[in-house]
Amino acid sequence: MIRKTLLSLILILTLFAPTAQAQEKFIIVQSTTSTQNSGLFDYILPKFTAKTGIEVRVVAVGTGQAIKNAKNGDGDVLLVHAKPAEEKFVAAGWGLKRYDVMYNDFIIVGPPNDPAGISGLKDVVAALKKIASSKSFFASRGDDSGTNKKENRLWKSANINAEKDSGKWYRELGSGMGATLNTGVGMRAYVMSDRATWAKFANKGDYKIMVEGDARLFNQYGVILVSNKKHPRVKSQLGQRFINWLIGSEGQSAIGDYKLKGKQLFTPNAK
Amino acid sequence: MSEGLLPLKTRGLCFAVREKQIIDQIDLTISGNDITVILGPNGAGKSVLLRLLHGFLEPSAGQVKWGGRDIDEDLRKRQVLVFQRPVMMRRSVADNIRFVLSLRRFSDRQERLEKALDLAGLKAQANQPAPRLSGGEQQRLAIAQAMVLDPEVVILDEPSSNLDPGATMAIERLIEVAQNEGKKIILVTHDLGQAKRVGNEIIFMHRGRIVEQGSCDNFFTDPKTPEAGAYLDGALLV
Amino acid sequence: MQEFNTSFAIAADLIFSAKPELLEIVMLSLRVTLSAVAIACAIGFPLGGMLAVARFPGRGALILLFNTLMGLPPVVVGLLVYMMLSNAGPLGFLQLLYTPAAMIIAQAVLITPLIIALTCQVIGSLFLEYEEQFKALVVPPKTAAAALLWDARYGLMTTALAGFGRAVAEVGAVIIVGGNIAHVTRVMTTAIALETSKGELALALALGFVLLCLAMGVNACVLAVRAIGEKRAYV
Repeated sequence: MIRKTLLSLILILTLFAPTAQAQEKFIIVQSTTSTQNSGLFDYILPKFTAKTGIEVRVVAVGTGQAIKNAKNGDGDVLLVHAKPAEEKFVAAGWGLKRYDVMYNDFIIVGPPNDPAGISGLKDVVAALKKIASSKSFFASRGDDSGTNKKENRLWKSANINAEKDSGKWYRELGSGMGATLNTGVGMRAYVMSDRATWAKFANKGDYKIMVEGDARLFNQYGVILVSNKKHPRVKSQLGQRFINWLIGSEGQSAIGDYKLKGKQLFTPNAK
Repeated sequence: MSEGLLPLKTRGLCFAVREKQIIDQIDLTISGNDITVILGPNGAGKSVLLRLLHGFLEPSAGQVKWGGRDIDEDLRKRQVLVFQRPVMMRRSVADNIRFVLSLRRFSDRQERLEKALDLAGLKAQANQPAPRLSGGEQQRLAIAQAMVLDPEVVILDEPSSNLDPGATMAIERLIEVAQNEGKKIILVTHDLGQAKRVGNEIIFMHRGRIVEQGSCDNFFTDPKTPEAGAYLDGALLV
Repeated sequence: MQEFNTSFAIAADLIFSAKPELLEIVMLSLRVTLSAVAIACAIGFPLGGMLAVARFPGRGALILLFNTLMGLPPVVVGLLVYMMLSNAGPLGFLQLLYTPAAMIIAQAVLITPLIIALTCQVIGSLFLEYEEQFKALVVPPKTAAAALLWDARYGLMTTALAGFGRAVAEVGAVIIVGGNIAHVTRVMTTAIALETSKGELALALALGFVLLCLAMGVNACVLAVRAIGEKRAYV
């Protein structure tokens, strides 16, 4: 009975092995939800695949988790947006070299009645201070993502320890960008989002952009090839070709060409 | 085949559930190739005694010896126990027999299957689900499938207690066929008529003990004990 | 909620237009979950059968264990399987992470305890019916379990369906080990999660309806087979 069971197990698994290996030329990119949800990958990746025959498989998670997955060797390329964490990743030998790819910016969205009175402010730190002092709801990602890291730095600049009010006006959701927006709109809370996810987000309700344009809301994306020293199975060659394409003229113009309702969502800035 | 199973002997056989003594110090010898009937009122302990003899139940004291040997698996395979309410597996009649046959190393399974269907008179119903058979048909099937296993002893627990007279007759004919094939039959019943019709030897039980053992003719014409007399008169209660 | 009405319309449109992308996701969902159910049954039926029939020390503890594991959160299963299959894990050399095979493994791990526990229950009650006969005929436990599994096959179909329902509806495990990669490991539930995170609530709900229809189709097939069996009175 046991032998039969094992046999059928192997049989079933081998049935799927071909599909897993048929596309031998593929790489796995650990990336963030903002790049996927904005539709950018759907637009640029087919161009790369058409040119090189390399399929790009994107695992879209928060920046924090993407970095952890890459450290486990479960990806060939890392494309995220938290520069300090990325530089640490490279310094510790997990990645080879970090390249700037593109940027956009963060915004703070909120309900039109604007309980904290921050609409139109250019100074994001002042806006956060007003939110805290008026104890208006603020929905934070709370998931160690790039957006979350940026938000924490901004609270620090404002000299506010928002976490001590966690559960009161400060709500840590521990969710992705989209889920946080869904919940934030539902609970009438202010939310800090990247512009691309917001632009593509379909459940805005009556929410409006409240704060934008502060230089401190700059959102830089970087790309890193995962080191094959710690994980020999990393596909360095294919991964490097993808990075070269991405920071080269073709990839950069593809990023610049991606528009949603006539608006460019990411600005290429590879050096 | 090794030594014969008979005589079957018990010494000081007891079976108790909690404090209640259901079988109480039974010393018994059964031999001969005929039909032994265990008779007695409801609750006398007949069915429990059968299960102890077969090895289905473990005695709380005393021993059961078949042909001088203790009961083991091999020995239990040489005798079969047919229940008052036989178990019908959720399969066709033929598949029920096939399952039982698959438990032994027979090379002639097909012939045995046909023989069993023939014996049970269920050829036409071979492919019907066994649980859908009538009570009499189920009992016939149970006895027939017991017989094709070539047991030396067939032990039957009230095989016709829930059946009408016609079905009862069919069962008794089957029992006779089995005996004619040289099998020892041990049969429990509380049906006096049945005991008279098929029995050669009577063992009369009352309150977990054997009260009387003797030939069928003597028992019915001249019971030795007051309990047996009262039972024959329909006046004995547990 | 206007989403509710529009999502019905979208669901109907999705189903009737049979877009290739949707078809791909539906087929992958079916393939992954049906394979997981097949594996879980291949392991769970014999194990549950033996557990119902055999008597040995520690049996009660095992039954308790499998009953408890029925409540295993999918995310935990996903994490465990991820840690096994990750390149940093012991089975990384198999290169199964972010493939359908990884999702099959995760779902199989998720529902095998359920299949074992329910099989043990189904077989246990049939064993009560058969026990006297098996004991009288000295049937060895393995033969007994096999016979019981065969005779309880229609009841076990419902057990398999329970496993199918739990596997096809879960998202926590497959999104971790599959990665929700478009055209590779995107199944119905991860697609629903993705559309929800994009705020496309109506589309997400519509996909939910499609998933329900899918589950209904599978259930209908199995119940039809069961009904045929019942007609023949083997149930």
